[in-house]
Amino acid sequence: MQWDLNWFICTLRSSIGKKLIMALTGLGFCIFLIGHLAGNLIIYAGKDAFNSYAERLHALGPIIILTEIGLLFFAVAHVFIGAYLFYENFRARPGRYLVKKNAGGRTIGSVTMPYTGFLILIFIIFHLIDFHFADKTDQTIYQIVLETFSNPGYTSFYIVSMIIVSTHVSHGFWSAFQTLGVYNSEYMPLLRVIGIIFSLAVGFGFGFLPIYISFFS
Amino acid sequence: MTKAGDKSCINLKLKVWRQKGSDVKGRFETYEARNVSTDMSFLEMLDVVNEEMILSGKDPIAFDHDCREGICGTCGAMVNGRAHGPEKGTTLCQLHMRHFSNGDTVVIEPWRSRAFKVVKDLVVDRSAFDKIIQAGGYISVNVGGAPDGNAIPVPQEVAEKAMDAAACIGCGACVAACPNASAMLFTGAKISQFALLPQGLPEAKKRALAMVGKMDELGFGNCANETECEKECPKEISIENIARMNREFLKAGFL
Repeated sequence: MQWDLNWFICTLRSSIGKKLIMALTGLGFCIFLIGHLAGNLIIYAGKDAFNSYAERLHALGPIIILTEIGLLFFAVAHVFIGAYLFYENFRARPGRYLVKKNAGGRTIGSVTMPYTGFLILIFIIFHLIDFHFADKTDQTIYQIVLETFSNPGYTSFYIVSMIIVSTHVSHGFWSAFQTLGVYNSEYMPLLRVIGIIFSLAVGFGFGFLPIYISFFS
Repeated sequence: MTKAGDKSCINLKLKVWRQKGSDVKGRFETYEARNVSTDMSFLEMLDVVNEEMILSGKDPIAFDHDCREGICGTCGAMVNGRAHGPEKGTTLCQLHMRHFSNGDTVVIEPWRSRAFKVVKDLVVDRSAFDKIIQAGGYISVNVGGAPDGNAIPVPQEVAEKAMDAAACIGCGACVAACPNASAMLFTGAKISQFALLPQGLPEAKKRALAMVGKMDELGFGNCANETECEKECPKEISIENIARMNREFLKAGFL
């Protein structure tokens, strides 16, 4: 029986295994978003606080490098398995419907999941180039933030991207728990509400920063 | 006799998927359904249209049906983009024409999925579901005298949940409605109805692995938790059963 051999790989390669990887990596990103947002909010405390936060963060050294490698590994898994699931799901229905209506289950988040995911990938590439790989030899991170958001084009790109991230998370958060098999008719609706609140917190939390920077500092 | 124009009698334009066989290309054909009594079921309306077609020497629209009481799971088609039509918790045979208005255009399509080949017109081959059941959707019982009733205690809520899962009639609406043509609500219900009860426990692990493995092999899509299935299910089976299947499968696969 194939299930006895390579049982671990077999389980991960199954439809539910792939969903499991999507859920776990997705929840990993949710935790990352909390940390990243908490760090960004220090901008409100002023230039010095933000720069010293960045300094202390980088002083963590190996922990930061390990986290970065972990996130990269998570991202590769999430993107490639997500893309493969998208392909498999597309292939599962060769003839499309002439008319197909929403029965009330789909949300903006769930319908756009693969597309918002793709757009987030593009955003992350630009975001890393602009901030992570920016030349920090003769400017502080606060200066980089100020300079980047002084460009209205980039600011709008950033805000739109945050709306997209928020949309992705609005379905992804509760969906991850459903995939992990955490279902209970009493607390599932609550989990969906928490997911929406979390996605709004992410959207407004990140999205308002460039507005604050352009108008108030 | 009622006539068009009365509230109890309507005229409809039907746009129906016609396909001669599984290997032939299909297309939509338009038909007029005249003097349709609003007391008719959707299938009775198709019967009337078919009778006229037979009388005029045309090939009638092929559709699956059996009990016409909403309990067998044989009928089903996409009606205006909704599995079993727009009513909640209803099979196609229990959908009545009073939910349509005079002059409506009704688009009727078969379930569309790689795993469900069109046999003819609106008839699809759902033997993929049978294969999932054959993979493990049963319990093995040693022969002998029938056990006493209530010899194995089952809490009432658990029995209710198992019964809710067992309400699945295997019509295929979940697959048809799923944006990914996934069969996880069906498989989840069929795994749950045993996983919840003591009689199903000895084979729970083997069952979860075998049924999910078979489901994947048959070319169904993957669940993206869109929850369209539970909204369209004529028996209103909850996605709680999908979560339970995930749990059962991961438990069996990793532990």
